[in-house]
Amino acid sequence: MIRKLFPFIGGVKVASEKQAAAYAISAPELPDKLILPLHQHIGSPSEPVVEPGQRVLKGEKIARATDYVSVPLHAPTSGTIIAITDSSVAHPSGMQDQCIILEPDGEDQWYPLQSHAEDFHQLDPSALRNLIRNAGIVGLGGAGFPSSVKLNPGPDANIDTLIINASECEPYITCDDRVMQERPDDVIQGTIILKHAVSAEQCVIALEDNKPEAAQALELAIQEAGVSDITVVRVPTIYPAGGEKQLIHTITGRIVPSHGLPAQVGVICQNVGTTVAIYRAIQFGEPLISRIISVTGDVEQQSNMEVLVGTPVSHVIKQSKTTTSELRRVIMGGPMMGFAIHDLDVPVVKTTNCVLCDAGKNPNLPLKPAAMPCIRCGACADVCPVKLMPQQLYWYSRAEEFDITREYHIFDCIECGCCDYVCPSQIPLVQYYRYAKSEIWAREEENRKSDIARERHEFRQFRMDREKAEKAQRHKQKRAALKAQQGEEKPDADKEAKRAAILAAMERAKEKKSHSGVQPKNTENLTEEQKQQIKEADARRIARQQAEREKGK
Amino acid sequence: MLNAVIALGCLAGFFGIILGFAAIRFKVEGDPLVEQIDKLLPQTQCGQCGYPGCRPYATAIANNEAEINQCPPGGDTTIAELADLLDREIIPLNPENGEIKQKVLAVINEEDCIGCTLCIQACPVDAILGAAKQMHTVIEAECTGCELCLPPCPVDCIDLIPVAVTINNWKWPSPARQAAFVTEQAKKLQAGQIVEQSK
Repeated sequence: MIRKLFPFIGGVKVASEKQAAAYAISAPELPDKLILPLHQHIGSPSEPVVEPGQRVLKGEKIARATDYVSVPLHAPTSGTIIAITDSSVAHPSGMQDQCIILEPDGEDQWYPLQSHAEDFHQLDPSALRNLIRNAGIVGLGGAGFPSSVKLNPGPDANIDTLIINASECEPYITCDDRVMQERPDDVIQGTIILKHAVSAEQCVIALEDNKPEAAQALELAIQEAGVSDITVVRVPTIYPAGGEKQLIHTITGRIVPSHGLPAQVGVICQNVGTTVAIYRAIQFGEPLISRIISVTGDVEQQSNMEVLVGTPVSHVIKQSKTTTSELRRVIMGGPMMGFAIHDLDVPVVKTTNCVLCDAGKNPNLPLKPAAMPCIRCGACADVCPVKLMPQQLYWYSRAEEFDITREYHIFDCIECGCCDYVCPSQIPLVQYYRYAKSEIWAREEENRKSDIARERHEFRQFRMDREKAEKAQRHKQKRAALKAQQGEEKPDADKEAKRAAILAAMERAKEKKSHSGVQPKNTENLTEEQKQQIKEADARRIARQQAEREKGK
Repeated sequence: MLNAVIALGCLAGFFGIILGFAAIRFKVEGDPLVEQIDKLLPQTQCGQCGYPGCRPYATAIANNEAEINQCPPGGDTTIAELADLLDREIIPLNPENGEIKQKVLAVINEEDCIGCTLCIQACPVDAILGAAKQMHTVIEAECTGCELCLPPCPVDCIDLIPVAVTINNWKWPSPARQAAFVTEQAKKLQAGQIVEQSK
């Protein structure tokens, strides 16, 4: 059955330069050390769970996911963690980022793995997504979006089509092509797992019509596996046929809305390399610790290698028998969307699909000459696969009118580089758009920060007013309380009591006075005997007094 | 004559009631212009504009008491945005208010801090953490770099460090500016003003 296709408007025919496609996947030697950046994916960086000096096994988790949009990182081989430090990473800025440095011990000893080959049919999609997440799998096509997040379209989405993106449209890159030729069964098994994970009705493996061997291999594998709902679709070879939104349009005729996701039009798209990684994670429990890259361009030995994540690019180039001093630049990724790396010791990461060496021998890989003025030819608008107006975007980005670039939908630009490729004035258009985008992001970040600052300042003001009011209130209360106390003492009752006390005291004093020359009180109610005793005592005293008086005389 | 007066009077009364109702029903809380201006200001709360914070400055602009060029942290961008909002001319920053500087963060040298809490009281966004006779520290994420904590510090233990460019906040450079820089360097090289550095 010939499927109706809906080719997208725009795109360019570029020289395919897929020289490496003829070379089988090889494995390079183990490098001396592996540099494992903690931020190899879109989302929050992962967090180390190992200490320097610790020995780890192959496939052991060495960093954990920190967020929903984040994945863990695993040791690509057994060895010792030497350090957790800043190191150069593959980034257009040439800056450093936090990496775990692992020294392999050469034993390649596996951490115990748990296979789900038998029971994945019984697992519900969320459990399957968790397995994929825990295996650290991200999109291997280049963007590095965590696959588990992409496979979770939400409860409302109704997914009818799963597209396996095998349209490796950028020149030079051949890793997916080789995977399909050499491991077609893995691709099909992975597709079956994915189909179960998203409950799609139909499944399409889309590859460009310049890869007939891969298509045949896949069709054979489908026959052998005996599945009926997976079809291989050949799409026209035009760059960027492998762009997600472009491919969805080509296959289904549906247009993913601006700022929207494929799930909104009932489609989920996964890269073919990712599909194989998911198959390995479910079948053998293997986390994502290696990937296949093309080492091509001006190298002695064209190759597709299965390299461990973290392998330095210099090691990979050495494996292809090329001296780095001859190269004028090394591009990570393809010639259209890749970027030149500043340091050859940067590691291959999960999203690296190609190491493109440029010694200036290939006329299809020129250095960009100095830009000439725009002549408003409009060639860029003709090739834009997103139907933007590259020329207007260029002028407004250049003039730093970023608000207007947003009105011209700069964030729908996929940075495919078609406009750049056709521009007769050699203007680095994509770089202008990236500049505008990063400026807009920076401003948004600043706005977010200033909103926080405003909130905090207003709260501080509120707090200080409240404290002031509370203080005033406290003073008022205290004053009132004091007043109340003084007021209570004043009333007559109190004074009267005092006066009464004084009067009573005076009375007592008077009485005392009137009784002066006093008679002892215990002289009343005496018995006769006592009276007699007193009399005797008195008589004795008088007698003694008289005697003393006489003596004194 | 009388009919006309009565008719117009009735109409006036009717519309008066509608307007009166609308004024209550659709009452806008606060001054929307002040809000809009305040939203454009950088919220450093530094007071370099001569007002005690961004909102008072926004109020002053809205009341035509202040010019739009008194905010050094906002710089040219803020002036352009304010000019756009208020339909005024873009004017250069008033040098009396200060100069445009690189964004900075306050950092307390914790060895020298004596725990006097004076900076805590000065910070307009509560970005300094500490207590009396305890070491203070700046919460990096909240610091606006307003410099208000510098003058009260009795031991001068607060430094301003420029916000570092990291891989996370790195921005793509403008190709136009890069090209202009290269041409300028080439011109200087030709004129013999600089000597080419050997690689």
